Amino acid sequence: MWIHRAARHTATILITVLLGGLLGATLLRFAPGFGVDEQELDTRLSGATIQALRDSHAAERNVLVFYARYLSGLLRGDLGVSRSLQRPISELLSQRIPVTLRLVAFGLLAGWLLGLALALPGAISGKPAHDILPGFLSGALLSLPSALVAVLFVLIGGPGPLAIALVIAPKVYRYSRNLLAQTSAMPHVLAARAKGLSRLRILLWHVLPIAAPQIIALAGVSVSIAFGASIPIEVICDFPGIGQLAWQAALARDMPLLVNLTVLVTVVTLVANSASDLAVSPSSGRQ
Amino acid sequence: MKTLRQFVWGILILVFAASLMAGLLAPAPYGQQFRDSTNAGPSRRFPLGTDELGRDRLSRLLYGSRVSLLLAPAAALLSTFIAALIGGLAGYLGGWWERLIMRFIDLSLSLPWLFLLLTVRALLPLNVSPVASVSITFALLGLLGWAGPARVVRSGVRSLTSSGFVLQARACGCRGSRLLVMQVLPNLKPILQAQFWISVPVFILAEANLGLLGLGVSEPLPSWGNLLRGLENYGAVRSNPWTLAPVLLLVIVMGSLHLVFPGEDYYS
Amino acid sequence: MTRRCSVLALAAYLLSWRAFAQQGGELHFCLHSEPKTFNPQLVTEEGGETIRYLTGGVLIRVNRSTQELQPELAVSWKILAGGRKIEFALRQGVSFSDGTPFSAEDVAYTMRALMDTDLHSPTGDSFRSSAGPLDVKTSGPYHLTITFPAPVPGMERLFDQVAILSAHSQRKESLFLGPFCMAEYKAGSYVLLRRNPHYWKRDDAGRQLPYLDSIRLDIQKNRDLEMLRFRRGQLHLINNLDPELFDQLAAEAPSSVHDAGASLDSELLWFNQVPSSPLPAYKKAWFRSQGFRRAISGAINREDLCRVVYRGHASPAAGPVSPANQFWFRAGLKQHAFDPQGALGRLEQEGFRLDGGVLRDRDGHPVEFSVITNAGNKPRERMAVMIQQDLGKLGVRLNVVTLDFPSLIDRISRSYDYEACLLGFVNDDMDPNAQMNVWLSSASNHQWNPEQKSPETEWEAQIDRLMRAQASVSDPRKRKASFDKVQDIIWDEAPFLYLVYKNSLSAVSAMVQNARPTGLRPQTYWNAERLSLVSEVARSR
Repeated sequence: MWIHRAARHTATILITVLLGGLLGATLLRFAPGFGVDEQELDTRLSGATIQALRDSHAAERNVLVFYARYLSGLLRGDLGVSRSLQRPISELLSQRIPVTLRLVAFGLLAGWLLGLALALPGAISGKPAHDILPGFLSGALLSLPSALVAVLFVLIGGPGPLAIALVIAPKVYRYSRNLLAQTSAMPHVLAARAKGLSRLRILLWHVLPIAAPQIIALAGVSVSIAFGASIPIEVICDFPGIGQLAWQAALARDMPLLVNLTVLVTVVTLVANSASDLAVSPSSGRQ
Repeated sequence: MKTLRQFVWGILILVFAASLMAGLLAPAPYGQQFRDSTNAGPSRRFPLGTDELGRDRLSRLLYGSRVSLLLAPAAALLSTFIAALIGGLAGYLGGWWERLIMRFIDLSLSLPWLFLLLTVRALLPLNVSPVASVSITFALLGLLGWAGPARVVRSGVRSLTSSGFVLQARACGCRGSRLLVMQVLPNLKPILQAQFWISVPVFILAEANLGLLGLGVSEPLPSWGNLLRGLENYGAVRSNPWTLAPVLLLVIVMGSLHLVFPGEDYYS
Repeated sequence: MTRRCSVLALAAYLLSWRAFAQQGGELHFCLHSEPKTFNPQLVTEEGGETIRYLTGGVLIRVNRSTQELQPELAVSWKILAGGRKIEFALRQGVSFSDGTPFSAEDVAYTMRALMDTDLHSPTGDSFRSSAGPLDVKTSGPYHLTITFPAPVPGMERLFDQVAILSAHSQRKESLFLGPFCMAEYKAGSYVLLRRNPHYWKRDDAGRQLPYLDSIRLDIQKNRDLEMLRFRRGQLHLINNLDPELFDQLAAEAPSSVHDAGASLDSELLWFNQVPSSPLPAYKKAWFRSQGFRRAISGAINREDLCRVVYRGHASPAAGPVSPANQFWFRAGLKQHAFDPQGALGRLEQEGFRLDGGVLRDRDGHPVEFSVITNAGNKPRERMAVMIQQDLGKLGVRLNVVTLDFPSLIDRISRSYDYEACLLGFVNDDMDPNAQMNVWLSSASNHQWNPEQKSPETEWEAQIDRLMRAQASVSDPRKRKASFDKVQDIIWDEAPFLYLVYKNSLSAVSAMVQNARPTGLRPQTYWNAERLSLVSEVARSR
């Protein structure tokens, strides 16, 4: 039975990804600036050279033909060549994906540690006073978009990956704080307190096991948040990752590269969101 | 806690009032360049100093607050409304419909909407009035920013529809639209509120990034977004720390709003 | 005897100290864009050109400091047949970086590959004054003659961009004649160049150049981060320094910043004069009117632009040639005077009237137009805002629209859906013949009205005639006379409103010796083979 579900899920993901790639290519094709090259402004170029430049975009003019060719290349493992960077796209991706992954992994780890560290003292002690400072900090950080956090980070000379941590931590804090507070108000926890168990023991044995699945579900979503935040941070802090590549590809109207990146982003988004959906659904009836 | 809330309300009202009365409070017109006093420090004439073109920072902050505080919430309202509609439908209908809508949302999150924005810019005339440019900018933001919140709304609706009190209501015979309006929607409020308040600062900065595409608030009209982009000149900020005033104001206003309207962040 | 020996020993010891102090070290600076190609015949942007300059051997080098030609791989040359033929006598005893000998065959191969029309090399296009085959004859291993199908004005200076490739080797892009060789390349990260062990050049004391062991070029787009790293001592040079960053650094470390005076680059504004553009007819009439253009030019305060936007590191511009270009600069031309009253007078002569603070044309249309410029370029955005205020005083409403570069190029060269544009010209070549495609009315870079089938105005026809005239003679004085007339016409008709000449700003760390920043690119490392780093031992002395 679960094979059925998994197969259906995979088929849906596949269709959505293919559609995403095609739509991305179409958006690019009909945006202004398609088919122009900065090199055209070079005054040395002869008329023949400029014409050759313009003709080099001919392969991309028909979106459907281009996409079909791209897909057939994809099946053979050939991702195409980036027009703006003049290199095979598979090489570009293999060089840049690890950079982004490292950035995101570090940011996620630090963000979760920070968020939980802020939430647990209040959960253990139960005193509202322990929540004022973390609450204000998290409110302040939530109000700053990730790009701004990155800029401020560069200003104080801190490491870029920490900026992602500061984007994740307040969300983790607020969510886990709310969740732990809700779980602590459950009847069996109250009973344990009435029986005189220590707060720490209650937290570890009675609260956390119940809250764990939902915290894990948040982990899935925080992955996609971290990826989203990594793009402006890479651009601002100059990390040679996927985010910076995507921005450059967009500005250069690099169709082969952009289609690949759209497909990649769609796959990551779908997988992350599907995973978090699957993680939540078994427990959704267990309010 | 009560005095804290009153204090915070006071700050919010002060900021809003100041931005509305920008015409009276601003020492100079926001666009006037005092070319002999560029990058000046705070003084009696320019309480927050001047920017790199000699325009008074305090005036630009006041007028910029007006633009951002009025329009970012409007855009956030639009995007939250669309998110509520689409996410709510997905969560409520469930099954095949829900899967379809969720894939649609995922696609919306992955596609490079940058190009659609560029196409919009190409279709608009080059000479638009500042009012028109601001409104178009924020309308676009509102129309494009619904996908993330929609996911959250849908999770919220799903857990609500399988929650105890809704089951009880259905057992008592409450169905369909009555169920939706009387039981589900009111309980969605905290989620929608949380999404709304998260969207506002994102739109404030997103407006400035739209400036890179030719959309966004056009010069010389200030907005928090383009004031914040001025922070990218790191050296200037180090030597003139008062350029951080917009950040401070943003943090104060948003922090206060979070305190006054706390929402429940499910998956935010 | 012993005294002489000891004197000699002391001299040798001191000389060796100098040698020790000046040898070695790794120079570290940034490229602002990823090199797209390492083929020296196809490079078009900063990254590739930097690497070509440092690793490529050329026949003739333009000395960036004196602007004179200096022999490199060619010891002497002669221009014959009225500018069509050039005869080279090559340097003997030179080898590539792998030891294989350099000879006339390599030059012949390079020139033939360069002029291949299928290659579409920009450098090749510079030589291509007309279509037709190239003729290269070698007479011996160290002499050759190149004959072009038509005279190439200013031919010698063009050889500064031609890096000689090896004719015989299989690995053409890995053999170098310049002071450095490509050693490592990590995409998105850095390029490492190491000294060429077979470099032919020696200094006056007979020591082999370059002094440096290696050069590391980090790929860093963000100027502010570059500045931070320079301050921390991680970088030795910054080229094309922003005026604001220049002032900040000047306040901290005045000896590390250099303002080498005007560069060859200018910033300018022009109006769309394309007859088939989608603008309303009355606007087309404004932009085609010389009085209107001159009036707008007279209302712009160029001194303020230099003072505020460039912090004084720029000078008001009068024409296409900046004072940095010593030979071609027209000394008599002065910028259009800042005279708002005079501007209003000119406009009134054209039928415009100032009515309640709003300027209107003779049909009552309020004068309102937009100027597009590329987003992300802060000096241009600021200049546009300042011009907005200047024109506001005339009752003209200017709308500033910043666009991303591809959209901008689309508008100025495809759809012609724009009204005014503010951009800059980046000139690497001092010879105005390189700008032929700007001044000829039939060319594609004739920005205000490109690709005309026949000149639409008398003055554009005159410019066409004068440009062809300067291209057909080889006497520099006659060429200058023709081009001076072109500059006069441009000044008078103002199709381009020249705004400022930017100064060449750079930063050089105290650790670098022999750096003499110039106004021409490359600013700080044009004499890379003679740069050296202060060693730790020498510093502590």
